[in-house]
Amino acid sequence: MSVPVLSVRDLRTHFFTRAGVVKAVDDVSFDLAAGEIMGLVGESGSGKTVTGFSLLGLVDAPGRIVGGSIKLNGTELVGMSQRGLRARRGREISMIFQDPIATLNPMLTIGQQMRLAMEAHERTSRRGADTRAAELLSQVGIPSARERLGAYPHEFSGGMRQRVAIAVALLHRPSVIVADEPTTALDVSIQAQILFQMRDLARETGTALIWISHDLAVVSSLASKLAVMYAGRIVEQGPTATLLRDPRHPYTAGLIASLPATAEPGAPLSQIPGTTPSLLSLPKGCPFAPRCARASDVCATDPALEARGDRAWRCFHPVGLSEGAVS
Amino acid sequence: MLGFIIQRFLQAVVVMAVMSVIVFCGVYAIGNPIDIVIPPDATQEIRAEAIRRLGLDRPLWEQYFIFIGNLLQGDLGRSFVYNIPVLELIGGRLPATLELVLISVITATVLGVSLGIYAGYRPDSWLAKTIMAVSVLGFSVPSFWVGLILILTFAVNLGWLPAGGRGDTVLIWGVPWSFPTLDGLAHIVLPALNLALFKLAMMIRLARAGTREIMLTDTIKFARAAGLSEGTILRRHLLKLISIPIITVFGLELGSTLAFAVVTETIFSWPGVGKLIIDSIGVLDRPVMVAYLILVAFLFVTINFVVDLVFALIDPRVRHGASA
Ligand SMILES: Nc1ncnc2c1ncn2[C@@H]1O[C@H](COP(=O)(O)OP(=O)(O)OP(=O)(O)O)[C@@H](O)[C@H]1O
Ligand SMILES: [Mg+2]
Repeated sequence: MSVPVLSVRDLRTHFFTRAGVVKAVDDVSFDLAAGEIMGLVGESGSGKTVTGFSLLGLVDAPGRIVGGSIKLNGTELVGMSQRGLRARRGREISMIFQDPIATLNPMLTIGQQMRLAMEAHERTSRRGADTRAAELLSQVGIPSARERLGAYPHEFSGGMRQRVAIAVALLHRPSVIVADEPTTALDVSIQAQILFQMRDLARETGTALIWISHDLAVVSSLASKLAVMYAGRIVEQGPTATLLRDPRHPYTAGLIASLPATAEPGAPLSQIPGTTPSLLSLPKGCPFAPRCARASDVCATDPALEARGDRAWRCFHPVGLSEGAVS
Repeated sequence: MLGFIIQRFLQAVVVMAVMSVIVFCGVYAIGNPIDIVIPPDATQEIRAEAIRRLGLDRPLWEQYFIFIGNLLQGDLGRSFVYNIPVLELIGGRLPATLELVLISVITATVLGVSLGIYAGYRPDSWLAKTIMAVSVLGFSVPSFWVGLILILTFAVNLGWLPAGGRGDTVLIWGVPWSFPTLDGLAHIVLPALNLALFKLAMMIRLARAGTREIMLTDTIKFARAAGLSEGTILRRHLLKLISIPIITVFGLELGSTLAFAVVTETIFSWPGVGKLIIDSIGVLDRPVMVAYLILVAFLFVTINFVVDLVFALIDPRVRHGASA
């Protein structure tokens, strides 16, 4: 594959709370090629959103990036000034959020909000800005876009608002868009529409996507590769098809087994036993060990990232490999 | 929008009607002014004559309807004490109160909102902590005491500013105003400061709370993700989002300060309506009290109405009557 537009290495983002240090992102590494779509999946609280915020330099206190490297188009973002980060946000990397009702400002028109996003990076005339905005809005599937520039968010449905947010994110044709569960709050039918529209737009514009979701079924229809997060770490990553067919990490295997599509019709869905551990009191070693049927004494130590070709996992007892194959 | 205005207008009329009854009965219940208006050694005939002249011999409901009838013709009656039309009496005092209150409420709002936004934006900075400490003072120190300290410090000890009165005035529309002259302004500073302190503290708290809350929302996060500068975010997003509670409180404060600037006006011998009403209550000057209270009710109703209109202008959700 070509040179990655985004290259993340050993990223660690911690929250220094009163109760202790929350290691929300701990040792996350991945590469993203131009136009590539990566799915980032994991249970609630596994650190997906914080990973996204870290990429844009938007981690709020008491959190901060404590280590690692984020290279966007070859430029290191970790340790960069706020000024430098701001110049890149929206232009080289942007983000859309889960709840479209909360993201747009209810007191400003769609046109005003798009103009603000445009003016953040370039000088435009009002007319030019409106033309661009209308163009983008119709691209993301908003009918009679030009007339709707003067409308306020509450005049749009949830799905339409999310399309507006997507249009804002696409304004400057960034290299990377982090989409943080942008369809979770929407109807299933609209979910699918937006999903595939995003994929097509990404393909057209060459924008790479990080599609965050807790729903493996949703992302696997979209992403060419997957990263599975658990307790702040990527426990397994690889090409979507391979990973779904032949998972290595027991947690990934558990997620796949709990997909409705893989279950016998009528049979109860299988579930991973136990609950996500608190990030404040992670067990020593592999954080998944307490819920894992394959765990042994060795799991009390930290498993290293095992890389094989285009996939990698973090487990002493990977599924689908004989024990002897692991050193 | 027009429907909204008509609806609000009708509401205002009903409120005013109810208020006028309450005020009229309330003031009637306070006491009989006749004992104060005529000398105690007056003969029975003079007394009866005075009662008839003032219309006090009629039943209450009749007095009320005469009052309302006159009111609708713009006549609020004559003061028992000064024997001049009440409207003239209050009208002569209103500009003094109006300029004092407007200056203090507007200053408190502009300053308070700016400081509050800063304190909410940088809650951990030493400046923010200082601002909050000062605002606690503004809340907890009684206003009359602050007034006295202000006079002692700036008028008596330092001699920088005058301690009372309106100073030089200029006639505009036939009414005297202090603010256009330097001397008048010097006279306004201390009483305005005295009035503003509590409001300043309140505006700081309000703006800070709003800022802290809104800065954590996805709206701001999304604006940042789009690369907007912090200045643009504060000016274009935050200011609009915190404006609703601030305008509400601004309206309420404006009304209540106009109506009840009594303490400050008394301390600084500011010849406004507050002082007039206190004097009128002392001598049971019923027409002045009734007119004043009706005026206050009218003021509140008007301010509320304007505030609602402003909401409709700045908040599209109100304007379109949406529930979202
Ligand atoms: N401001 C904060 N202070 C303390 N801890 C935080 C803060 N923000 C996030 N965290 C912690 O970071 C961890 C990861 O949170 P994150 O929002 O990234 O999860 P997520 O994978 O996006 O979950 P979800 O699917 O619910 O969105 C959580 O355990 C959370 O408690
Ligand atoms: Mg999340």
